[in-house]
Amino acid sequence: MDTLHAVRARGITKCFGDVVALDGVDLDVTRGQIHGLVGPNGAGKTTLLGLLLGLAVADTGRLEVLGTEVGRAFAAPDGVAGFVDGPGLYPSLTARQNLAALAELRGRDARTAGIDDVLDQVGLTDVADDKARGFSLGMRQRLGLAAALLTRPRLLVLDEPSNGLDPAGKRQVHGVLNRLAADGTSVVVSSHRMDDLEALCSEVTILATGRVVFSGPLGKLAAESRELDYRVRTSDPRAARRLAEGMDGIEIVDDAGTRQDSGPLVVRALVPALDDLVARLVTAGVAVRELAPVVSPLEAAFLALTEDREERR
Amino acid sequence: MTTTAAAAATPVHSGPAPVSRSYRFELVKLVSQWRIRLLVLACWIAPGLFVAGVSGQSTLPSDTLFGRWMHATGWAGPLVMLGFAGTWALPLLTSVVAGDMFAAEDRLGTWRHLLVAVRSPRRIFAAKVLAGLTVILLLVAGLACSSTVGGLASVGNQPLVGLDGHLLTPSDAAGRVLLAWVAALAPTLALAAIGLLGSVALGRSPTGLLLPPLVALGMQVAQMLPLPVAVRLALPGYAFISWNGLFTAPARLAPLLIGVAVSLAWAVLATVLAHSLFLRRDFTNLAYDGAGRRAFTVGVLPLAALTVLTVAGIAVATDSTGITQAKVQRSLATTFAHLYRSQTEQLHRPAVTEAQLRTSAACTKSDGQAAQQGAGNDWRCVVTWHLPGVPVAGTAVYQLDVGSDGRFVADGDGPKEVNGYFLVRTSTGDAPNPLWQFDGDVELLDTTSKG
Repeated sequence: MDTLHAVRARGITKCFGDVVALDGVDLDVTRGQIHGLVGPNGAGKTTLLGLLLGLAVADTGRLEVLGTEVGRAFAAPDGVAGFVDGPGLYPSLTARQNLAALAELRGRDARTAGIDDVLDQVGLTDVADDKARGFSLGMRQRLGLAAALLTRPRLLVLDEPSNGLDPAGKRQVHGVLNRLAADGTSVVVSSHRMDDLEALCSEVTILATGRVVFSGPLGKLAAESRELDYRVRTSDPRAARRLAEGMDGIEIVDDAGTRQDSGPLVVRALVPALDDLVARLVTAGVAVRELAPVVSPLEAAFLALTEDREERR
Repeated sequence: MTTTAAAAATPVHSGPAPVSRSYRFELVKLVSQWRIRLLVLACWIAPGLFVAGVSGQSTLPSDTLFGRWMHATGWAGPLVMLGFAGTWALPLLTSVVAGDMFAAEDRLGTWRHLLVAVRSPRRIFAAKVLAGLTVILLLVAGLACSSTVGGLASVGNQPLVGLDGHLLTPSDAAGRVLLAWVAALAPTLALAAIGLLGSVALGRSPTGLLLPPLVALGMQVAQMLPLPVAVRLALPGYAFISWNGLFTAPARLAPLLIGVAVSLAWAVLATVLAHSLFLRRDFTNLAYDGAGRRAFTVGVLPLAALTVLTVAGIAVATDSTGITQAKVQRSLATTFAHLYRSQTEQLHRPAVTEAQLRTSAACTKSDGQAAQQGAGNDWRCVVTWHLPGVPVAGTAVYQLDVGSDGRFVADGDGPKEVNGYFLVRTSTGDAPNPLWQFDGDVELLDTTSKG
C-alpha cells in the first residue's frame, strides 16, 4: 500500500466512443498537498476527476486512491469527496437542508454532523436557512465545498471551485483548502484560474488532449519553461537597464520610451540568467523592489500548450 | 515535497448508502417541491368538494358511470371519481411524479453529486422507484378517501345500484369501491413505470414528462376504437375500465384479473427496462442527453413484444367474441329485471322476483340492415316480461348506445308509465324513474355464467 500518495495513477486511458478523453495518464498526488490540474477545454480534466471520485472506471491502466486500487465504478474508498461539473444542490431545499439530507444519507445524525461548522467555514452561516434556488454561482460553489467537508474527506476532488467567487469568497475557500491540506487532507483541484492554482498548489499536472504534458512542482515548471518575461522594478532604472543590456541571456523587451528612468524594466530570460541579473544589480548597489513574471510560469505553459494546439490545427 | 504527519479527520462511513436512507432522501426531495405538496393537498381535498358539490346539483353527470346515482348514495361519488381519474387524473399525476424522478437530476445537474454520495446506481434506482411509488400511492389514496368522504357526508350511506341493476348493500358497496380503487392501482403502476422509463431514457427532455399522459391518451383512444377484444384487454389501460365487473352479480372477475395482470406485467417490464438503461448510463459523459436510439430498442420494442404476446395469449385462452346480439339482449334483460324490481318496490306494488318476471329482450342493430354485433347507438330493443297472474306480457322499448368497451346507456322509449318518463309518482311524491335511463355493461369475454 502506498502511504505517501493519496492518488497514484499509471497509464490511465478512458474513451467515450471514438473520443479518447484520457490517453496513458500518469498522476501522483502526495498526501496532504494541494495538487492543481490544468489544461485547455477538452483536455480530460473532468474525466480524470470523475475517475478519482469513482464515477467511472478507466478502460485501461491502474488507479490507486488512498492506498486502495480502484477497479470498478462507484468503488472509490472511504474518505473521497468532492464534485465535478459544479456542485450538486437541490434548489427546493435550504442550504442547511441540503447538508442535513446529505449527512443523513451518509448515516449521520444531522444535529451532530457539524453542519453549522462547515457552513461557518465556507461563510454561508447567514444564508443557512435560505433556499439554494436563490444562490449565486459563488454561493453554490461554497455550499458544494461545505457538502464535501461534511464527509470529512481524506481526498478532496474539486472541479473549478473558484468559479463565480468574489475576492472575499475566494480567500475564504483558499483558507479552507489550505487548512485541510495542513491537517493532512489531499486536495486535487482543477481550474482555469492560474492565479488560484499558483496561490494554492504545490504541484500541478498539465493535461492537453488527454495526455500529461507536465506534472510536478511549480518551481520545476518554471525551470522547464521557455524564456519568460519578467518585470523588474529597481531603485535606479537607468543603471538596471545598462546592466541588463550588457548581459548574455537577457533580452530587454519593454518599450518604456521616455519613461526609461522611472518605469519598470521588462526582460525576457531563463531563470539562471535572471538570477545572474539580480546578483549583478545587488552588487552594483541597485535595490530590487519588485521582480515578477509578467505572465506566470503556469499561465505561460498553459498558453504555450493552447498555442501549440491551435497551430497544429 | 513533504508529507504532513497530521492525521486527517476520521472520515465518515463511505460504503454504499442503504436503500432506506436513499429512499428517505428521495422523499425529502419530492416533498420539498411545491408542485408535489399542492398535488397531495389537491388530491386529498378537491375530490371530496367535487363530489359533495355535484351531489348537491340538480343535474348529475349521467354520462359518467354511476353519475346518475349520485343523488341516491354516497358510494356513487368515489366511483365517478375513479372513472374520471382513470381517464385524466392518474395519467397526469403519474407524469408529474414518475415522469420527472430521473429527469429532475439531469435538469439540476445533480447526478454526480448523488452518485458520489450514494455510490450505487442500483440503490439510487430502487430508492427513486420506492419514493415515487409512495407519493403516487398517497395521491391515489387521497383521491379515493376524499371522494368517499365527500359522497358519504353529502348523500349518505345508502345502497348502490350495480351495473346490472341489482342492489348492493352499503357494506358490500364499500368493499367493492375499495376493491375497484385497488384494481385501478395496477394500471396506475404501469403508467408510473412508463413514466420512469421515459424519465430515464429521455433525460432532461420534456418528452419524458409527457410520456405517461400520452400513453394513457393512446390507451383511451384505443379503448374507444372497434379493436378486437384481445387487443383491448392486452393494453394496460383496460384495467381502468375492468373494475366495472365488480358491480355486477356475480362479479365479472376474468376481465378484471386479466386487466390487472396485464398492467402489472407492463409495470414490471417497464421498470426492468428503465433499470437496465439506467445502469448502462455513463455518468462522466457530460454530453449525455438521453439514451436516444437505444431507448427505442431497449424501451419500446420489448413493450411492443409484450403486447403482441399478450394479445396472442388472451386470444388463445379466452372466447372473446366481443359485443354480440345475444350478449346485448342478455345484459339488457338482466339489468331491466333488477331495476323493475326496484321500481316495483318504489311504487309499493306486489313484490316479484327475477325468476317470475322471465324477462327477455329482442335487440336489432340498424333495423337489421347491418351486422348484428359491435358498438353503436343504433341498437333498438324490445324488453318483454311477465307478472304473476297477468296473462299478457309487458313490453318496453329501449334505444341503446353501446360503447366499444361494452358499456351501454339504455334510453327508455315507452310506455310512459314504465320507462317513457324520467319521474314516477310514488306515495311520497315524484321520484326518479330507475327504468327511464340506465347504464349497463356487455361482458366482452364469455367466461362467466349468465347473471
